[in-house]
Amino acid sequence: MAGGAADKPVLVRFDGVVKRFGVVTAVDRVTLDIAQGEFFALLGPSGCGKTTLLRMLAGFETPSEGEILISGHEISAVPPHKRPVNMMFQSYALFPHLTVEGNIGFGLRQEKVGRAEIAVRVEDMLALVRLKGYGKRRIDQLSGGQRQRVALARALIKKPRVLLLDEPLAALDKKLRAETQFELMELQRKLGTTFVIVTHDQEEAMIVADRIAVMDQGRLAQVGKPSEIYERPNSRWIADFIGEVSLIEGTVSQTDTIATALGPLLIEESAAKAGDKVCLALRPEKIRLSEQRPAGLEINALAGTVHEIGYRGDISLYKVRLADRSLMKVALANIGGPPPFAVNDVVWLSWAPTAGVVLTR
Amino acid sequence: MRRGPSLFNVTAVALGLAFLYLPIAVLVIYSFNASRLVTIWGGWSLHWYRALMQDTAMVQAAWQSLRIAALSATAATVLGTLSAVALTRYGAFRGRLLFSGMVYAPLVMPEVITGLSLLLLFVALGIDRGFWTVAAAHTTLTMCFVTVIVHSRLVGFDRGLEEAAMDLGCPPLRTFLTITLPLIAPAIAAGWMLAFALSLDDLVIASFTTGPGATTLPIRIYSEVRLGVKPEVNAICTIMIAIVAFGTIVSSLLAKRGAVRREREAALGAAV
Repeated sequence: MAGGAADKPVLVRFDGVVKRFGVVTAVDRVTLDIAQGEFFALLGPSGCGKTTLLRMLAGFETPSEGEILISGHEISAVPPHKRPVNMMFQSYALFPHLTVEGNIGFGLRQEKVGRAEIAVRVEDMLALVRLKGYGKRRIDQLSGGQRQRVALARALIKKPRVLLLDEPLAALDKKLRAETQFELMELQRKLGTTFVIVTHDQEEAMIVADRIAVMDQGRLAQVGKPSEIYERPNSRWIADFIGEVSLIEGTVSQTDTIATALGPLLIEESAAKAGDKVCLALRPEKIRLSEQRPAGLEINALAGTVHEIGYRGDISLYKVRLADRSLMKVALANIGGPPPFAVNDVVWLSWAPTAGVVLTR
Repeated sequence: MRRGPSLFNVTAVALGLAFLYLPIAVLVIYSFNASRLVTIWGGWSLHWYRALMQDTAMVQAAWQSLRIAALSATAATVLGTLSAVALTRYGAFRGRLLFSGMVYAPLVMPEVITGLSLLLLFVALGIDRGFWTVAAAHTTLTMCFVTVIVHSRLVGFDRGLEEAAMDLGCPPLRTFLTITLPLIAPAIAAGWMLAFALSLDDLVIASFTTGPGATTLPIRIYSEVRLGVKPEVNAICTIMIAIVAFGTIVSSLLAKRGAVRREREAALGAAV
């Protein structure tokens, strides 16, 4: 299967799912398996259909075509309140007229669980999300981070087969978001529940998820482990969407060489045939910078001038202008000492043949 | 530069308020007049309130009006809330524009026309006019006001709350009753109050649609006044003003509380 859902049994299956809103196709023939116990991310720019896909799983939208199966059962006809999934909303959607306890226990009250048991399980949940003692508070007395945890507890208390998270951390500030990402991962490992998260933040998706489905204009662009998607993007669009990249256009001349405007470049042997128009994608951290031409390297070494330096703290991102006026991005770790290069310095770029990825699409 | 309101501003406000409330103040003060003559002050007294209690026709009319107002306000609130829900929740259904136009039409329709057309309808259908016809007429008059108020609340309502409830296993009808209704309750209560007040002081439509034995208070007062103003009329009017003022103040307080809550929700939304 595409991306390889490990060896665990399939829990959720999208089979040729299409969703149209009038003339707009929000989700276009998505076929996707999500395994039991997986932390799965749906990633894409806004309007790519990822939220629609999630809402179809929750039951708020009905597929125009195709099937959605949970544990092998078709669920398109099952209304939201009867599905074994729970969702954490981007707005949190906490009930403002209920207390924290009232919110968290809401799902159990719908199932006519006894008061005593609800109280116990709500306490457990409060402990799980580190909100002990907050049960009697009103929602408007909580901070953003606390609300986020109440929403999480409310969605988890019914022990759903799948927990759906719609941009769960989008409203938190950067620092809190980073902490919460690790908390989510820990929680997911502890509970063993299948998590499906929707996010537009590729860094977040790569950190939390076991596997990522990148969506573009309603279609699945690539499905795989975060490292596969980063290291082996299957198209220019993916390479460009995930992380920083420099793209060099060229034509395959031999199985391990492409001809470009910058001269021949050595590549890893690829499936592309001689004469194919391809594109070489290079991640900035895989390129070396030096003052002199690196000894012994005939190709994959290019001269350029430093055009711009973007200081980011942990790394500095250099934009280097090459002979054909194109810009290449190079990342250097800031390991201390004065900056090695300044704007307008002449530098040499070099990289191993295995560093680049040849893209045919 | 001077701070605070200028002399012109103060005068303008005072004149404006006097224009609006001086007649009412005069009426209220004269309802406590001891003199038999309406225009001559004879000292403070509750005499005319006692006299009013003896005036069974007037008390009955007041009772009639309160019952009609309560019934029609309740009916209008139920129907108005339902139509507001239909307008906000069912998207662009076929005939939505026509429906909203028809719901809001009584808002701008001259009362004389509404009253006359209802009269013609009741006559054509051979319905005996009385309590029920006035109540029905007032329901049609006030329903649109309830719709306006509830609709404006529903437009700002986060649908995510309903989805969250359903997601947690709450069936749609129960979701409406346990989540939506409590949150829009201030708007509904405000709508009821407004409908009640509108029904209570309506003269035009009531006089078209009423029949023997169903004289409402405004009709009663109007017919008394034509025979000469009796001081009891001042007393009953003062009581009416008190009731309507109470209703209006409560409804605006409820609406304000709703607005504060919405602000809080919005702040909640902004914070997340």
